[in-house]
Amino acid sequence: MDLKLKIWRQQGPGTKGKFVEYPVKNISADASFLEMMDILNEELVAKGEEPVAFDHDCREGICGMCSLYINGNPHGPDSAITTCQLHMRKFKDGETVVIEPWRAKPFPVIKDLMVDRSAFDDIIQAGGYVSINTGGVPDANDIPIKKENADLAMDAASCIGCGACVAACKNASAMLFVSAKVSQFALLPQGKIEAKRRVESMVAVMDDIGFGNCTNTYACEAVCPKEISVTNIARMNREFFVAKVS
Amino acid sequence: MAKLDSKVPKGPIAEKWTNYKAHQNLVNPANKRKVDVIVVGTGLVGGAAAASLGELGFNVKVFCIQDSPRRAHSIAAQGGINAAKNYPNDGDSVYRLFYDTVKGGDYRAREANVYRLAEVSNNIIDQCVAQGVPFAREYGGLLDNRSFGGALVSRTFYARGQTGQQLLLGAYSALSKEIKKGSVELFTRREVLDIVKIDGKARGIIVRNLVTGELERHGAHAVLLGTGGYGNVFFLSTNAMTSNGGAAWRAYKRGAYFANPSFVQIHPTCIPVHGAYQSKLTLMSESLRNDGRIWVPKKKEDAQKIQKGELKPTEIAEEDRDYYLERRYPAFGNLVPRDVASRAAKERCDAGHGVGNTGLAVYLDFEDAIKRLGRNVIEARYGNLFQMYEKIVDENPYGTPMMIYPAIHYTMGGTWVDYELQSTIPGLFVGGEANFSDHGANRLGASALMQGLSDGYFVLPYTMQNYLADQITVPHFKTDGTEFEQTEKEVQARIDKLFAVKGDETVDSFHRRLGHIMWDNVGMARNKEGLEKAIKEIQELRKEFWQRVKVPGEKTGMNVELEKALRVADFLEQGELMALDALTRNESSGGHFRLEYQTEEGEALRDDKNFTHVSAWEYMGDDEPAKLHKEPLVYENIEVKQRNYKTA
Repeated sequence: MDLKLKIWRQQGPGTKGKFVEYPVKNISADASFLEMMDILNEELVAKGEEPVAFDHDCREGICGMCSLYINGNPHGPDSAITTCQLHMRKFKDGETVVIEPWRAKPFPVIKDLMVDRSAFDDIIQAGGYVSINTGGVPDANDIPIKKENADLAMDAASCIGCGACVAACKNASAMLFVSAKVSQFALLPQGKIEAKRRVESMVAVMDDIGFGNCTNTYACEAVCPKEISVTNIARMNREFFVAKVS
Repeated sequence: MAKLDSKVPKGPIAEKWTNYKAHQNLVNPANKRKVDVIVVGTGLVGGAAAASLGELGFNVKVFCIQDSPRRAHSIAAQGGINAAKNYPNDGDSVYRLFYDTVKGGDYRAREANVYRLAEVSNNIIDQCVAQGVPFAREYGGLLDNRSFGGALVSRTFYARGQTGQQLLLGAYSALSKEIKKGSVELFTRREVLDIVKIDGKARGIIVRNLVTGELERHGAHAVLLGTGGYGNVFFLSTNAMTSNGGAAWRAYKRGAYFANPSFVQIHPTCIPVHGAYQSKLTLMSESLRNDGRIWVPKKKEDAQKIQKGELKPTEIAEEDRDYYLERRYPAFGNLVPRDVASRAAKERCDAGHGVGNTGLAVYLDFEDAIKRLGRNVIEARYGNLFQMYEKIVDENPYGTPMMIYPAIHYTMGGTWVDYELQSTIPGLFVGGEANFSDHGANRLGASALMQGLSDGYFVLPYTMQNYLADQITVPHFKTDGTEFEQTEKEVQARIDKLFAVKGDETVDSFHRRLGHIMWDNVGMARNKEGLEKAIKEIQELRKEFWQRVKVPGEKTGMNVELEKALRVADFLEQGELMALDALTRNESSGGHFRLEYQTEEGEALRDDKNFTHVSAWEYMGDDEPAKLHKEPLVYENIEVKQRNYKTA
């Protein structure tokens, strides 16, 4: 298929960006979206032009590095997958495809389609862990955990930290991301010990960085490649409330 | 040869590690903060080691190539992690895990290292559970296990099909805790381009900041590489796009011996290649072989019709299907080790029984399992894998069998290390896939995660401390000394040389051409002629690369093409060493299959008399052939036999 790409090009964080149009031809429907980008880049390099910068790594939908905003959707038109798992069969011959970076103040553009998501690391560093050191822990089967809770914790823990939730949200809220980590630990006995400290600290850092508030539009859940549920946000709100009144 | 001292502690195998720890040197808490450690990589090894060393009180600097430590490629491991817990009461023990791992590696791993791995495996599971890793559980609340290849017990712990992700996020959480505390300093989007030696010891690294393009110098009392394998030499592999053996290769060129470079794992269950534009291959977890049955059509005519799209797999009658693994290996069936399963698939496809439009695929069929257990159970076990398959291939594996084919997945070879995981450069430690030590000529499924966390949490924090104990009087390293300056100059010269070529062929194009040479000649089946041809072709391609490669853009600032060019330049050297190692090893063992050396039934035929050793290669200069050193492998606790997966 032939496509017209409209890609956001931006030299660096301080500079002004703009859309640039690139035609691509003879793209196989079985190619992945990023392979289509590779083809474009190889053509650009062959012509001596600078390739389009975009983040990607595992190309298996699990590392969370890829992050394109395609035709108004984080990770493109398909559901429950990342951009690297998106395939060209989801597009029509002759279509115009608009490709932008995640747009949110806490995710400044580094170059072209690449953004800085270290804000997510800052939030995890504020409390996204159980404060134990290596060694000296009980046997793994000493504390039985209800299967239902373990499964729900796994649902939440499957977050890949890609930031699509923030990119989709009109408020650039990171509530889905933060609540997924808070929920994972809230559901497990190992995480309960420092639950209060964790939720207060993570929410405080989230607010400090400048992520917006949640106004319950659920846009985050709709675009999440791992289908993380907004019920995690409700759980985090409960945890936060309990922490504040206890 | 004195350099190849494996430093295996004396005493019975079950007591070696305990004895080592009891007698090793330690650093007192007040002195630990006087000592700096560099950790490269934030996968299971790097993340776990950096966190653990930080907890102990060392000053740690940790480096990753991605934008966050949470994205290291350990995250992509799907199926599980082995441990000798024996929770299912099915007869497992530390000895059995040790035995299976040595046997699975076709008797080419160092006994003492593997025993220690099996010994600490149980600690890993305890540690991860305490961190809040949500492993799969039974209704009674206890941990669930499943089976993996090469074992007769169920010893694999898992978190759906995302075990690597959950273990990595566990290590990342421990690392984040230490970063917050200030004991670990994090550097993201950095790539190591060289190792700095002072007086023969590893004392630092030169990294390129991938955002600014600047070269940076970092010094420390010891350096740990947890930088993964070199599978991307093949261009197409299941590795991530930035996975590269660059740091280990640079260490080799600075004097660290490189062991068994030809031992590469080809994973039997990957989604088949579908087009020339393809950038990578996707793995379908080995855990699928618990319930999926592998087959091809018995009749060649059926296979041909399927290839042309005239026949569907579901239309082939049961009696016309050849479940070749169950037929050839009745005891282990579909759960034979990876090298055996991969070769069997290739054999069937080469004989004309392959499916898919290329004829280079076999079926992995869940029909029986769905009938027996119900779709819900299969969905709960493998839902995310089935979804991934459907998104890529556009076929529903609940209704039609999956198509799979072997692909490059893991490298057993790596930097030669002793029992302490120290390379032949003092102060340079190497863990996980980047070293060679635990998996011999073939790694069993769910053992990479085990090794990564074993090295990171439980081995390196001890052995590195033993080395660092006499370093406490060495002051912090200033990076303006001659050695740092000289090494940085050499890195800069390499970059300048790449820009100076101003050629007409893209980096990817060279990489793809190298991949073809490697896959055709240094892949699943190798022989003397092919390997000699590969060496010649790689040398020619390397020459052409330095005459024709095109690297656009600037030296400063972000330049992805430059990053790739630096990696491919290394791959073009490493590929040759892999072929040379394969050519020198005149036997078949594990993943290294030489067509000249096979049994009548087509199984790998080892030559224990001449090849029960580790081949460790020493760099002698760009224009000199590498020099081979041999570390003899001694088996005192295991009887060395021909691997047999036909009978238990």
